[in-house]
Amino acid sequence: MTSLFNEVAPPASDDVPTRRVTITVNGEPRTADIEPRLLLAHLLRQGLKLTGTHTGCDTTNCGACTVLFDGRPVKSCTMLAVQADGHEVTTVEGLASPSGLHPVQEGFKDEHGLQCGFCTPGMMMAAKALLDENPSPTEDDVRWALAGNLCRCTGYQNIVKAVLWAAERLGGPDTEPETEEAS
Amino acid sequence: MYPPRFRYEAPRSLREAITLLQEGGGEAKILAGGQSLIPMLKLRFASPGMLVDINNLPGLDHLTRDGDGTIRIGALCRHEHIERSELITEHQPTIAAAAPLVADPIVRTRGTFVGSVCHADPQGDWAACMIALDGAIVAEGPGGRRSIAARDFVTGPFQNVLASDEIAVEAVIPPPQGEARGGYLKLERRIGDFATAAVAVAVDLRGDQVTRAGIALVGVGGTTIDARDAADALVGSPLSSDAIERAAELAAEAAQPRSDHRGSASYKRHIVRTFTSRILTQIDRSTQKAA
Ligand SMILES: Cc1cc2nc3c(=O)[nH]c(=O)nc-3n(C[C@H](O)[C@H](O)[C@H](O)COP(=O)(O)OP(=O)(O)OC[C@H]3O[C@@H](n4cnc5c(N)ncnc54)[C@H](O)[C@@H]3O)c2cc1C
Ligand code: FES
Ligand code: FES
Repeated sequence: MTSLFNEVAPPASDDVPTRRVTITVNGEPRTADIEPRLLLAHLLRQGLKLTGTHTGCDTTNCGACTVLFDGRPVKSCTMLAVQADGHEVTTVEGLASPSGLHPVQEGFKDEHGLQCGFCTPGMMMAAKALLDENPSPTEDDVRWALAGNLCRCTGYQNIVKAVLWAAERLGGPDTEPETEEAS
Repeated sequence: MYPPRFRYEAPRSLREAITLLQEGGGEAKILAGGQSLIPMLKLRFASPGMLVDINNLPGLDHLTRDGDGTIRIGALCRHEHIERSELITEHQPTIAAAAPLVADPIVRTRGTFVGSVCHADPQGDWAACMIALDGAIVAEGPGGRRSIAARDFVTGPFQNVLASDEIAVEAVIPPPQGEARGGYLKLERRIGDFATAAVAVAVDLRGDQVTRAGIALVGVGGTTIDARDAADALVGSPLSSDAIERAAELAAEAAQPRSDHRGSASYKRHIVRTFTSRILTQIDRSTQKAA
């Protein structure tokens, strides 16, 4: 068992208390001894080497660090890793399945929903949270749901299209097309 | 950025939490949604010796309405739950209008209503709603429970009246005297920004008579401003364009804005006047339509 915090900060002395936590990350239980001040984003990136979760602003503004916590989107730079003990976390690495990319990922690819890609993992997780709840969002719904995620490149246009693309794909053949173009 | 070291406790009962706070003396801090506290820890604006995480406490995530119309918002009720609540949409227009304007949708999944009132940020949206609605905070400490009027709860920027061993357990909004009407308007440069200026209005109507009114201002003073004179000017008569104009003028006078990167003082004062008048006019129009 390693003390994950040791990998991201100067080694803690013996009298610094750590806690054992078990967090289900992308479906797999992961156990670690961590210092309570370790942020969830750092546990994921440095501890579990899941570097798909980005940290941009580190001040809760940009949403690049967005992951799903028990299914709801959270900014992982603004949550302590100990708080995730006993909970489920899904990162961008958990989107794809053995059978292929998640429709949200396909959508970003197909509609050119990214340029530098820095915001993309957070955007996709926020988008997944939206689609899990609302499988046929309007353009407005998508823009509202992504309002906590900043992109410095795309101007958002194609990100919105990518999410709508994914919604249509996820809707499958038996759902009523909502928009004129969808028919 | 790493927060400073602290002792972390996640109690399972309110009793245990209060005991930990007592043990911590002034050194312990409550962690609710963490959407203000964790950024502050990282920026080292706060370095408490102990964090008492209240997220595992049972029975604090409620959002309910009593038979008499009293609304209760538990300490673990998140911004998002309020935004999605039919109870709020149906019965509490001031809070319903503010809910989608607090922070951004991801911050709203974690941040709590009560935590926001406790945080006492002069730019915070919920404290203003609470003042306009004559709301109260119920706090529990070693000596039991007490209720504190929202108006007296905040003592200054980022300061409230709670003792270091007290936990705010719920926010209480008293039943309206008649029909609850109101609104919330906020000027922000972009979603997730704090208010350049915002106005909370709550008006109770019986027939066309105003029975109770509250107006609170955000972003235009060192703390949330209770525009008492403006609200009092409305009580006891029907809403009329004259009364609305007068209340808007008094609200603008109550504002104490400062020029900063979000706008000049006179601009912010103008916004307060316009927003107050706009919300009241909207209420007046919809009342006339219903009559
Ligand atoms: C990017 C961003 C944008 C934001 N924009 C806005 C905005 O537009 N409007 C707005 O109003 N807010 C905004 N916020 C703040 C947000 O609403 C916070 O959720 C809120 O201020 C604090 O609630 P919390 O539950 O997260 O509290 P925490 O961060 O956990 O705690 C805040 C403070 O309150 C104390 N506290 C919390 N709960 C209790 C309790 N039950 N009893 C006693 N003390 C308690 C804590 O000890 C701490 O001092 C924003 C935050 C971010 C990160
Ligand atoms: S890194 Fe977490 S919000 Fe920007
Ligand atoms: S693609 Fe570069 S920040 Fe969004």
